[in-house]
Amino acid sequence: MSKQEITLSVNGATHELHVEPRTLLVTALREELGYTGANVGCETARCGACTVRVNGDAIKSCMQFAVQLDGAEIETVEGLAEDGNLAPLQAQFQAHHGLQCGFCTPGMLMTADTYLKDAENPSREEIREAIEGNLCRCTGYHNIVDAIEATLTEGAPTNE
Amino acid sequence: MYANDFEYYRATSVAEAVELLVSNEGAEPMAGSHGLLPRMRTGEEAPPVLVDINGIDGLRSIEETEAGLSIGALTTHAEIARSELVQTHAPALAVAAQAVGDIQVRNGGSIGGNLAHGDPRADLPAAVLALGGSVSVTGPDGSSSIDATELFHGDFKTEVGDHEIVTAVEIPVAANTASTYVKYRNPLSGYPLIGVGTWVQTDDGGETIEAARVAATGNLVRSMRLEEVENALIGSAVDKSTIDAAVAEAAVDEELYRQDPQASAAYCNHLLAVRTAEALDTVLAIETN
Repeated sequence: MSKQEITLSVNGATHELHVEPRTLLVTALREELGYTGANVGCETARCGACTVRVNGDAIKSCMQFAVQLDGAEIETVEGLAEDGNLAPLQAQFQAHHGLQCGFCTPGMLMTADTYLKDAENPSREEIREAIEGNLCRCTGYHNIVDAIEATLTEGAPTNE
Repeated sequence: MYANDFEYYRATSVAEAVELLVSNEGAEPMAGSHGLLPRMRTGEEAPPVLVDINGIDGLRSIEETEAGLSIGALTTHAEIARSELVQTHAPALAVAAQAVGDIQVRNGGSIGGNLAHGDPRADLPAAVLALGGSVSVTGPDGSSSIDATELFHGDFKTEVGDHEIVTAVEIPVAANTASTYVKYRNPLSGYPLIGVGTWVQTDDGGETIEAARVAATGNLVRSMRLEEVENALIGSAVDKSTIDAAVAEAAVDEELYRQDPQASAAYCNHLLAVRTAEALDTVLAIETN
């Protein structure tokens, strides 16, 4: 099938690309544009490893065809750090050992970062509900919840 | 795990979308893509042409009408769940929308796509059935309305025609009503093993149930109303014995359940009774011990 030309804004940079209609957003990001932060896990909308933001909302990028998103603004995990410095959320994941193998981390960070934009004094239970769409097979989630909670209460880690 | 190849069109009006469906054999409309895309990936569906309706203006809103609420087909589950209008006038729908998948899925999926997809496991059908809702559709012969009771045929089939687009979901609103949705979630899939939507209307004093609708979804062959439960409620007093009598009717014949080695019909009927009791306790505001 003929390829279609689309424009995607990724982390503020505009990209024009040619994709087959059946190309998933995650595939376009990883294989066409080199944004390999979003991981391909289950490919069935369960694991959340491919989570990115589309026009401000956290979305599983295995559940959208790239052609649907012509003109959309995409944010990936690569856009979280500024000037090579980890964002407070990322630094808290590091400080609290919120990752082991790291495969779920890009998606986990994008879901948590989006959640933190509106969260007001959530309970740990509410934080767990917020990340229910992201599976982690290593940490048992405790350290991830710690990291998200600490980002809310103290921002970046206070001392190392 | 690529989907089959297909031709892609992005419609900018309902009329254009209908025209594209008519002129392309086997074409399917696509809204949030969260129903159709996974089935295309597994090969369960392979439409040669997809008509993306996301570019159509005016299909993404929640408005009060004379009859109740009109919800545009492209409105996402997340938007419905956090809508004060829906929470106030159609709580069952707000609760059911919040029960769908997870936040990423709720940001992606839409109510129109969800209902038109006809997945018997979906959460929203039980709420829309309980609320007495209907869908507005537009096809080559114009626009019409399909009552939720006529909509779901099971096995991903619905009353929506091949060349029709769901444009809105209409939810009637009336006084002295309460509604909710209760779900027992399959921990693996996130879909309901059993979900129960309940709506009741009482007299002004809140003592007698004048009207009731109860609907189930989940492991059933299709989402459906539970008329025996409704009949046990209608005309009865708002008390615990009414709930007990209604819950005693909350059972579905074995052939109306899908075969599931992990959840027998007897087990699902047990869940159905428990969830129906929970839903009725909530809408009739009766304390449980």
